[in-house]
Amino acid sequence: MQRSSRREAIEGYIGISPWLIGFIIFTLGPMLASFYFSFTDWRITVAPTWIGLANYVKIFTDDADFYQALKVTFTYVLITLPLNLTAGLGLSLLLNQKVPGMNIFRTLFYLPVVLSGVSVALMWMWLLNPDYGVMNTLLSYIGIEGPAWFWDPDWALFSVVLVNLWRVGGGAIIYLAGLQNIPPHLYEAADIDGASLWDKLWHVTLPMLTPTLFFQLVLELIDAFQVFTIVYIITDGGPLRATLFYLLYMFRTAFVDFDMGYASALAWIMALIIMGFTMLVFKSSPLWVYYESEGKND
Amino acid sequence: MTTLPTTRPRATFSYKWSQRFASATVFLILTVFAILMVGIPIGWVVLTALKERAQIMAWPPVYLPNPIRWANFTDIFEQLPFIRFILNTLFICFMNIIGRVLSCSIVAYTFARHRFPGKEFLFLLLLSTLMIPHQITLIPQFALFQKLGWVGTYLPLIVPSFFGSPFFIFLMRQYIMTIPRDLDEAARMDGASTWQVFWYIIMPLCIPPLVVIIVLTFLWTWNDFLNPLIYLSNYDDYTIQLGLNMLKGRFNIQWNLIMAGSLISLFPCVVIYFFTQKYLIGGIANVGIKG
Repeated sequence: MQRSSRREAIEGYIGISPWLIGFIIFTLGPMLASFYFSFTDWRITVAPTWIGLANYVKIFTDDADFYQALKVTFTYVLITLPLNLTAGLGLSLLLNQKVPGMNIFRTLFYLPVVLSGVSVALMWMWLLNPDYGVMNTLLSYIGIEGPAWFWDPDWALFSVVLVNLWRVGGGAIIYLAGLQNIPPHLYEAADIDGASLWDKLWHVTLPMLTPTLFFQLVLELIDAFQVFTIVYIITDGGPLRATLFYLLYMFRTAFVDFDMGYASALAWIMALIIMGFTMLVFKSSPLWVYYESEGKND
Repeated sequence: MTTLPTTRPRATFSYKWSQRFASATVFLILTVFAILMVGIPIGWVVLTALKERAQIMAWPPVYLPNPIRWANFTDIFEQLPFIRFILNTLFICFMNIIGRVLSCSIVAYTFARHRFPGKEFLFLLLLSTLMIPHQITLIPQFALFQKLGWVGTYLPLIVPSFFGSPFFIFLMRQYIMTIPRDLDEAARMDGASTWQVFWYIIMPLCIPPLVVIIVLTFLWTWNDFLNPLIYLSNYDDYTIQLGLNMLKGRFNIQWNLIMAGSLISLFPCVVIYFFTQKYLIGGIANVGIKG
């Protein structure tokens, strides 16, 4: 018995070793290394030299692009999070009805989620073309002169929001799974009490869905800091730095200017911001996330 | 039964009709959304890809291509070595799929079935790495691969996949947990070793999560732009996404050609998606609930 459990433990460590080794080599090691690099002046071709806090000092006191990148990314988060949460929730409520052809609808709305990369960026660049794109062509029929979208500093960021909203089906499918997990007896009980549709949505559906919403909120938050391909291809951060997303700025610093030390400091600031927000969401979750197992106690 | 109030049948009747009315409304709303969100964008791109250049920029707009210009698709292959780009990308996709399937399933199986000290901590560690954005490690990983002399080769795009991926390990571990242990025990009685149980009992039962891993790995690798952009410098090694980026530069404002190229890149994704959407949507929805 003793021997067999030792054997099992050894097999266990061997079994998880691909992930554990990979974690150390490709995640933990690089993270620690980048922490060190963030205190150095390092131009890829020459060895890094220690400069203490100089990178961080420069970032916070003398880097307009950094503040612009933060502003762009946060503005995007502030618009896109509530927009995608409500739109996704609304769509999932529709997709949860008994309607002929529902599987086809679900398949269609999820399609944009599996399409990504340069082709999608090019596609939207054309669809939102100010003169010949389908968006402004359709708008012109109802008498609206469409904006220049990606080419107008006031509209460029919103255009990125719009492209992201196209993928609303991704969240909707996850909420849908959450909706289908809500026990029907809760609705039956509400019916007996004479609850309206609105009451049921507000007092049954939403509370029961909060764990799923919570999960999606964290994911979308992390996602917002990963916006890259669409702005690299379409706007290159412009016009007038209106779409200078954080990752694009970091990419430029590291792989265009080859200022690796400075870019490492930028990366760590981003990591701390994401970690801070994730913690905030987690810490605040007892206030608004409802877990059924807790409710059962009282 | 006879005591039932006489109004009851009429109530059921009107209830049925209001139900039908509601479901017709939902159907209508969904149809409009589907046309706006999927039909019009994709339709416009397809029509553009079949037009002559003059028709793209005509005003008032010309909707249907006349004549249909299939040559847009062949022109691209003449201008850029697109076949080469596609083969390069397929090779990277194939290697990533092999790497991910092997590593993730072994690790997931171990986490699901073995007992060993520190397992709970290690699994928690794995879950917490789900929250680490890949971008933090972008620069030091580049430094690492440069030290190894791998920059400019496919190795940085392939090798990491052989070391698992937290999301897929989690997905597969959850699935293996639902397979009854009796199956393992029975095979062990017949003298099967741990790895034989894994290979002959567990793996064949794991088709649903494996399909998710294979399809998502393909889609992510096929559509990945940032990593090839950083690591590949040789024109002959380019992936399809880098090729599309070149297309944009080369055919400036020739949107019929650019859209044709985009469609070529989107086509395999759409086909694979339609064939596997049942597994894909189900698998992802499950993770969302449990997570």
